[in-house]
Amino acid sequence: MDTKVQKRKLGLKQRYAAMTRGLGWETTYQPMDRVFPYDKYEGIKIKDWDAWQDPFRLTMDAYWKYQGEKERKLYAVIDAFAQNNGQLGISDARYVNALKLFIQGVTPLEYCAHRGFAHAGRAFRGEGARVACQMQSVDELRHYQTETHAISQYNKYFNGMHHANHWFDRVWYLSVPKSFFEDAMTAGPFEFLTSVSFSFEYVLTNLLFVPFMSGAAYNGDMSTVTFGFSAQSDESRHMTLGIECIKFMLEQDAANVPIVQRWIDKWFWRGYRLLTLVAMMQDYMLPKRVMSWKEAWEMYAESNGGALFRDMARYGIREPKGWKDACEGKSHISHQAWNVFYNYNGAAPFHTWIPTDEEMAWLSEKYPESFDRYHRPRLEWLREQHKAGNRFYNQTLPMLCTTCQIPMFFTEPGDPTKICYRESDYQGDKYHFCSDHCKEIFDNEPEKFVQSWLPVHQIYQGHCFKPGTDPTKEGFNPLLAVLDYYELNVGRDNFDFEGSEDQKNFAAWRGQAV
Amino acid sequence: MSVAAVKPYRFPAQDTRDKFPAPLLYIGWEDHLLFCAPHCLPLPPDMPFGALATNVLPGVYGYHPDFAKIDWTKVQWFKSSKPWQPDPAKSLADNGLKHKDVIRFRTPGLTGINGSFS
Repeated sequence: MDTKVQKRKLGLKQRYAAMTRGLGWETTYQPMDRVFPYDKYEGIKIKDWDAWQDPFRLTMDAYWKYQGEKERKLYAVIDAFAQNNGQLGISDARYVNALKLFIQGVTPLEYCAHRGFAHAGRAFRGEGARVACQMQSVDELRHYQTETHAISQYNKYFNGMHHANHWFDRVWYLSVPKSFFEDAMTAGPFEFLTSVSFSFEYVLTNLLFVPFMSGAAYNGDMSTVTFGFSAQSDESRHMTLGIECIKFMLEQDAANVPIVQRWIDKWFWRGYRLLTLVAMMQDYMLPKRVMSWKEAWEMYAESNGGALFRDMARYGIREPKGWKDACEGKSHISHQAWNVFYNYNGAAPFHTWIPTDEEMAWLSEKYPESFDRYHRPRLEWLREQHKAGNRFYNQTLPMLCTTCQIPMFFTEPGDPTKICYRESDYQGDKYHFCSDHCKEIFDNEPEKFVQSWLPVHQIYQGHCFKPGTDPTKEGFNPLLAVLDYYELNVGRDNFDFEGSEDQKNFAAWRGQAV
Repeated sequence: MSVAAVKPYRFPAQDTRDKFPAPLLYIGWEDHLLFCAPHCLPLPPDMPFGALATNVLPGVYGYHPDFAKIDWTKVQWFKSSKPWQPDPAKSLADNGLKHKDVIRFRTPGLTGINGSFS
């Protein structure tokens, strides 16, 4: 037995100081600038690293304790979900396609964030910032794992989830989230924090998490809801860290302000473009709908974000350049994005469909100014074509934006009938963009974006076939060869929901279960 | 502006002409957003421009009921967003089309399914 020793318990503030300060030292064998080569070159000037304060004052000892408790609860629910065949309790098999999008496009980003924060933590010479990055890095790894585990039960029963990591590096639309994070991870550590901690976590994360998690709750998916709760306290910590690190940079030196402003302009827009997938999920993929994308945008972006940027005016920061165009897009992007996946569903490992009459009525109500005028006629016509055995699959590869890598479907601000085309000339070649803001991002760093791995161009360069494929052979089908390279199960993972294996299986299982 | 970097930052461009079997041409059909985005096609530079309408575009846009109604003598062309008059008898290259150029065409009177611009 241990003998009782009277220990003086440290208060929160003292413990935070003890666990995050004075852990580093001035190096003598090597100059500090060689030990920390990455925290000055971006031009951000830091005079006092100790001014970095984690508002939660979280320290490693407390961190393990909290996370361990959350983990035990989460896995108890995931186990119960599996044992009770929770996958049968969801609203409709169409719902699972939202989970496919999540495991394909969001979960790998958690892993990227884990790597990014590990790198940023190593790069900063201030210990407070390093500790905060370290904890967020562990959080992100945990999210990657818990999402994978929460969704794995569905993978046993539904198509389109078996190869998410492989797809992330190859499939055309997954280059959108992938390139977002590769851009962030290859920037310096301060830009990385602005992109992920501030623009993504602070300004936009509610638009990602709330729709997915409340969508899960509405559609009877308790496994994902529980994961969401488990991650939520981490997310709120990340959001707080996001605003804190921006204020830290802005307060340290006035010369930092224009640099940070340019990053906010860039990363707000990149994050907004990425959220197009969420907009589509919210309006089209949830059989039981929570709120429209437009409503979510008004609540989480326009009112919360508007207040944020008014608050930041005292630092000399204004709202991001793309703000007004983003607000204008709220009436259009979900419908337009769903059309993209309906067009190219032959090459996407999840299903699309035409909304039911009831769902179209909901869309009309939520989008009175755009749905009936521009989108309903197309959807109804496509439904007739499908019924007549002539389901539309676009067979020709689309033009992509060089920056966000999304097919060029966005329309001119103020005119939803005209595709928005922008271009720049650089070193004798043309580069094309979906918007003024994607163009500006390119124009600021053309050397970076001329390296974009654009899936359509890569296919035409012959890089998206398996080794040994001979494109000169008679009867060569490039689309099938690309799907083979993706390792997509043709006829099971892709094509319309109507007639899919998912649809048939779920109906059969539900018949047995009822 | 340019990239902030710790050492000289020079990497080859990914999509220069030499990487492709033929130059890329981007083509969009105005007012027909059933096709969600413009298309990207590698096309031989010596192909006559007129062959686009007869050989290439039917495979791309033929699904749309408006396509059969197009009067090709009335079609308005745009190159990089500016009005443009190609010569159908001349080749793509002789019409001045280079790698990664973008052209669009507007078909007056045709505005998509029930006038919805789709």
